[in-house]
Amino acid sequence: MEAEAAKYIGAGIACMALAGAGIGIGLIFSSYLQGALRNPSAAQAQFPNLLLGFALAEATGLFGLLVALILLFVL
Amino acid sequence: MASTDNIDDHHSAGSFPADPMHQFEISRYFELNIGGLDISFTNSALFMVISVILISFFSIFFVRKQALVPSRMQSLVELSYEFVSNMVRQNVGQEGKKYFPFIFTIFMFVLFLNMLGMMPYSFTVTSHIVVTFALAFLIFLLVTAVGFIKHGVGFFGYFAPKGVPVFMLPLLVVIEVISYFTRPISLSVRLFANMMAGHTMLKVFSGFVLSLGFVGGWLPLGVMVAFTGLEILIAFLQAYVFTILTCIYLNDSLHMH
Repeated sequence: MEAEAAKYIGAGIACMALAGAGIGIGLIFSSYLQGALRNPSAAQAQFPNLLLGFALAEATGLFGLLVALILLFVL
Repeated sequence: MASTDNIDDHHSAGSFPADPMHQFEISRYFELNIGGLDISFTNSALFMVISVILISFFSIFFVRKQALVPSRMQSLVELSYEFVSNMVRQNVGQEGKKYFPFIFTIFMFVLFLNMLGMMPYSFTVTSHIVVTFALAFLIFLLVTAVGFIKHGVGFFGYFAPKGVPVFMLPLLVVIEVISYFTRPISLSVRLFANMMAGHTMLKVFSGFVLSLGFVGGWLPLGVMVAFTGLEILIAFLQAYVFTILTCIYLNDSLHMH
């Protein structure tokens, strides 16, 4: 296999990390909604934690994207 | 980013109308080379200077009057002050008050750089790992220094959590040490990857608008408007996350778990 082709395939595989980020973000929002619907009065206080969790989960997926970009443009 | 000439050579944007990586290019406004050290004034430096000027203007000029009933801009300054001070109080406690100026500076700097990057034709400083890693490494050094000043050699106890069975310790210490030393990396890469991925995505979608033309371009244009809103949220959120993690790290070294 050509090295160039392997690079592209590797970048594509690295992007699969984003699936995990998607699952994580979905879980965070679903748990937040479940909790918020059970106890709406406590929901507002947990909103910053929701955003924090969202940002942290999203970032882990972006690490995978970063690997893909390094494969494509740096190596 | 690594040399952009290289990108243009082999997989360039090809037929794609907008090269998504072009926006991250550093251009020198005037060259300055001292003893082999390249300290030219670049567009990155320009935007840092702009953000510092804006922050100073924002937080000095607008609160000069100190009205009891604040004007719109004064209450904006007060809101951002209160926001960060609440964050410090909740995450670090009373002892964190000393470090409030530092944390407020970090928050405003990252927030303004992110937000300036959202303006068309501007440059996003935080989309470069050099900048974010320098910030994160500074935070890491400071937090470690605070821990050693406060607890002395006892700060090494941070790596061996209390109430853990002895046979688990060798494993846990290794895990704790690794997780401690990857902090600057994860802190910087989180901010950098978010900003870069977001801006690349915006450029890719604007390329779709151009290549689909007047007939089909409206759909990606609508998606782009939504994504721009999301990116503004992310720009704020990443500044928030960067700051709150700084607070959490500071709390760890002040109170040891």
